[in-house]
Amino acid sequence: MTDKKSSYFQQTIEIFRGLAQGMGVTFLHLLRRKITEEYPETKRSMPPRTRARIVLTRDPDGEERCVACFLCAAACPVSCISMDGEEREDGRRWARWFRINFARCIYCGLCEEACPTLAIQLTPYYEFCDRKILNLVAEKEDLLVDHGGKNTEYNFYRYAGVTMLGPKGSHIKEEEPVDLKSNLP
Amino acid sequence: MSFVLGIIVLLAKLGIVLMGLLLGAGWLTFGERRLLGWIQVRLGPNRAGPWGLLQPLADIVKLLTKEDVIPEGADRLIFLYAPSVVAVTALLIFAVVPFANTWRLAGMDIPMVISDLNVGLLYALAVSSLGVYGVALGGWSSNSKFSLLGGIRAAAQMISYELSLGLSLVPVVMLAQSFSLVDIVQAQAKFPFILVQPVAFLIFFISAVAEAKRIPFDLPEAENELVAGYHTEYSGMRFGLYFLGEYVTMVVLGALVAVFFLGGWRGPLLPSIVWFFLKVTVVVFALVWFRATFPRLRYDQLMHLGWKVLIPAALLNIMATGGLLLIVKG
Repeated sequence: MTDKKSSYFQQTIEIFRGLAQGMGVTFLHLLRRKITEEYPETKRSMPPRTRARIVLTRDPDGEERCVACFLCAAACPVSCISMDGEEREDGRRWARWFRINFARCIYCGLCEEACPTLAIQLTPYYEFCDRKILNLVAEKEDLLVDHGGKNTEYNFYRYAGVTMLGPKGSHIKEEEPVDLKSNLP
Repeated sequence: MSFVLGIIVLLAKLGIVLMGLLLGAGWLTFGERRLLGWIQVRLGPNRAGPWGLLQPLADIVKLLTKEDVIPEGADRLIFLYAPSVVAVTALLIFAVVPFANTWRLAGMDIPMVISDLNVGLLYALAVSSLGVYGVALGGWSSNSKFSLLGGIRAAAQMISYELSLGLSLVPVVMLAQSFSLVDIVQAQAKFPFILVQPVAFLIFFISAVAEAKRIPFDLPEAENELVAGYHTEYSGMRFGLYFLGEYVTMVVLGALVAVFFLGGWRGPLLPSIVWFFLKVTVVVFALVWFRATFPRLRYDQLMHLGWKVLIPAALLNIMATGGLLLIVKG
């Protein structure tokens, strides 16, 4: 602080000046505009990639994207996803029922990363807490939405799986099937 | 007849003072949280009732409905009774504080003080030093090392600062020629003592902050080293009593500062009780302001300030005042 030569009087003045400075700073803060956002009244718009309530999206044709591959259920660290898959008449797979226990979900987003068809997605909607824990178990009809979520263009079946539009090789970026016999020497 | 009337008046005064103190302390907790919030550029509690004014009620309901935990190995009896000591001693001090001018009612003079003791000042100091027992015994009986450390610190700190607290008031007594708080207020009819005793005021105020165990002297409950200090093991309304005691102490110390240095209930225009209330509010605001500004002292700094700065300064102040009084009065 001050050197030894300065008198006690000067030191005392220095001390009180320092204390008064601090008090001045806090007093100015007392008059400042407060930065608190009052939550229920003013809601902050969340970034689009915020991880909250999970939805099941549809492809551009309006079909369910989920093919019941169980990758999300396998990736889920808290095992909150369960489902039962079966084959439809046209050969495609779908989830007969699909259930997410939001009371257990930790919103880690691993299911979304695991999903090969972009079916399961996390949305910024976070206001769905409940005192009754059973109300937090969401069935498929609660989860399904009628849009494509973060990617409205993607349709898994255009790239792989059971084709609908034509014969083999009609997927996007897929080559015509090779005639094995023409490959022989 | 007048005897019965006197008792009725006394009981009424007791009730009013008790309610005033408890309500004041209750809303002080709210006011402090709000002020601290504002100083930290946030809003503070504003949910319960208009502007959050019902927050103390919500706090009381919460504290009363909490489980009253008594730790295993605690000295049961002392553990149960220690919190009340703090609250009761804090309330008792106010008995000698004159809070308004004498009130004339139907030809009878009603002094606005519960008891005008001729040793009121000594009584206030004595009772405030009894508060150490509540803290030290509460800390000791909890059977917890954090509580014990907090209790020991509180005892050491309060005993040290009691000295400067008492010594800083000697010049006031010399000026007022009386130990009675009513006479001290009377003696400030021309000017409040802060004008002639700024050093005594500073020493008393700093010691009072230390007596109330408030930041920057909150070592007994230093959160980041001792969990919660001497009341670590307390829960529910027993914790609430410690809390209440602390805030009543704040109000009472504000009242004592007002009486000894700011002229008590004296002031122009407004009624005397309003002036008293305003002065107490100013002192209490300063206490909250201190809390928002200063960091906690280290234990050696605390002892250094108490024994090597405040007590010598108070002694010098006594000698200077005595000398001046001798010269002036001949």
